[in-house]
Amino acid sequence: MNRIDQTFQTLAAANRKALVAYLTAGDPDFDTSLQILRTACDSGVDVIELGVPFSDPTCDGPVIQVASDRALKAGMSLSKSIRLAAELRKTVSTPIVLFSYYNPLFKYGLERVAKEVQEAGVDGLLVVDLPPEEAGPLTAALAGKEIHLIRLAAPTTKPDRIRMLADGAGGFLYLITRLGVTGTGGLDYADVAKHAAAVKAVCPHPVCLGFGISTGADARALAPVADGLVVGSALVRVIAQAPAGSDIPALVAVKIRELREGLDAR
Amino acid sequence: MPLPTHDTLMKTHPLQGQYPDKNGHFGFYGGRFVGETLMSSLMDLETAWNEAKADPAFMGEFRSMLANYAGRPTPLDFAERLSNHIGGARIYLKREDCAHTGAHKINNVVGQGLLARRMGKKSVIAETGAGQHGVATATIAARFGMSCKVFMGAEDVRRQAPNVLRMRLLGAEVVPVTSGTSTLKDAMNEALRYWVSEVENTFYIIGTVSGPHPYPVMVRDLQRVIGDEARRQMLEQVGRLPDLLVACVGGGSNAMGLFYPFLDDPCAMLGAEAAGEGLDTPHHAASISGGSPGALHGAMTYLLQNDEGQIQEAWSISAGLDYPGVGPEHALLHDLGRVRYEGVTDREAVEAFKLLCKFEGIIPALESSHALAAALKEAAKRPRDQAILVCISGRGDKDLDHITAYMKANNL
Repeated sequence: MNRIDQTFQTLAAANRKALVAYLTAGDPDFDTSLQILRTACDSGVDVIELGVPFSDPTCDGPVIQVASDRALKAGMSLSKSIRLAAELRKTVSTPIVLFSYYNPLFKYGLERVAKEVQEAGVDGLLVVDLPPEEAGPLTAALAGKEIHLIRLAAPTTKPDRIRMLADGAGGFLYLITRLGVTGTGGLDYADVAKHAAAVKAVCPHPVCLGFGISTGADARALAPVADGLVVGSALVRVIAQAPAGSDIPALVAVKIRELREGLDAR
Repeated sequence: MPLPTHDTLMKTHPLQGQYPDKNGHFGFYGGRFVGETLMSSLMDLETAWNEAKADPAFMGEFRSMLANYAGRPTPLDFAERLSNHIGGARIYLKREDCAHTGAHKINNVVGQGLLARRMGKKSVIAETGAGQHGVATATIAARFGMSCKVFMGAEDVRRQAPNVLRMRLLGAEVVPVTSGTSTLKDAMNEALRYWVSEVENTFYIIGTVSGPHPYPVMVRDLQRVIGDEARRQMLEQVGRLPDLLVACVGGGSNAMGLFYPFLDDPCAMLGAEAAGEGLDTPHHAASISGGSPGALHGAMTYLLQNDEGQIQEAWSISAGLDYPGVGPEHALLHDLGRVRYEGVTDREAVEAFKLLCKFEGIIPALESSHALAAALKEAAKRPRDQAILVCISGRGDKDLDHITAYMKANNL
């Protein structure tokens, strides 16, 4: 069974919610990134979303844009991101979702991506600028592999389309909480709860909320309305703001524990 | 690659009306490679555009504004002294530089502005490189009483100062973009990011035949007035169709607008891409001649990118061509062999610029000077009884400081 499915089943049985952590691969460099990822898995993260840095991240806010730049400047690429996932897989059993824009995957070759991510022990792909209408070639390349193609739904998505997205989703459905790009803040809990309930009613898969979730209080408020929460910019910011010479993995772990506590509060 | 002959053309005919398909694909290219948040708006836009296009009242207002506000039709002008100087084929100029705001960009913006108004949007945004599209958008926003934000790379804000002043005078807010390479691609990134946060109230006026469906087909439909007029004018004034059409290609809207009505005619076509310091250097912006397929800004098309799919910096003397992608329909026309795309260096463009000033009393934009340079090369190879039609997509006043500095630095 795919590790993502297994994780959500185990969590559901325990009546717990998933903490999905986005981290940019190779930020601030390959080795530190690997340590941060390992520490994250030991600190209460249920699913790792490993972001492939891209030169033109149009869906991302300033925090992840800058992280992408940092990683690219440190020599990061898709092939190295896959290698990072493989290194992480050697020591952890946490599901890994590779998050990417479509162009790096397309240019690398979709068959080659499918083969190499499977060998690396990746469990899902989330391609942020690839709606189902354009996903035929990637879906074909993933056929017969134990890798989910994670779909997204947005506040602007109309009910018919939500049903279409939910039906074809793999692993979990990533529900974007608000308009705009990735980044912290701007959440209206009541609005998000209403939208999440409507989506959960028609989605046969777990639903995870993402965009704008950054504090233990956010996690506490939104945990009851979904199966999991995705946190990205709030973690990446810890890396960006870490003082020189500090133990970055430990600082990230502090933030993760804050989110975990919020998520597990009853 | 030789220009396609009439016989090879006929194998792919008719091209008009064949592309794009219902999901906006031009063969392998185009489509909608965007985040899910934008999908609904793009579908709504597509519906609104299809309804507007079929509404005689809407199209009547569009034509009336093009005539009375934008100053159309623009002239078709025989460049007699320039043709004599080259000593080959006769060169005809489609004078988009005579349109209101000084470039073809106004055609598209009048159409999208009318559509924004029809859809009840009160604010518009745009990206701009040379500033021509930004000026056109600011112009129409003023005319329609809409608020307007123009995203412009900080580097371009510096290179195109007169257009920044114009936009501000017209009441637009110019937002300098400092991410990435601070040029047109980054301005488009930032416009997309802003749009996704304000998508319910804001109309994004994309300036070229690029971006996600329906923009490439919508902008082509709005710009085809260039080719429709030129075709009629050639038949009326010259009594025949041109043997060759030439236009510059950055995103490629003036080229698509000129080429489209001629696609099923026995006319050869040439797209001039910016070769910067040369296609054999990393300093160029020739996405077709020097790039490979990939997805950026919502469309599958030719891109300047490295082996791992990271987009590379484009480089050109001309801010309007300084973009690492190209409209998806051009990508298809290239693959079909219907249009030949060729690089023109900074130096060749500046030399052509000087010739048009000297022999015809017309100061062309640096973008258009690329088309002219490619046309002059072809004219020299062809006999006098052939006719070449070149799109002078815009006027060059905005470029004077930049060109003067370049000529001084390069002893031109």
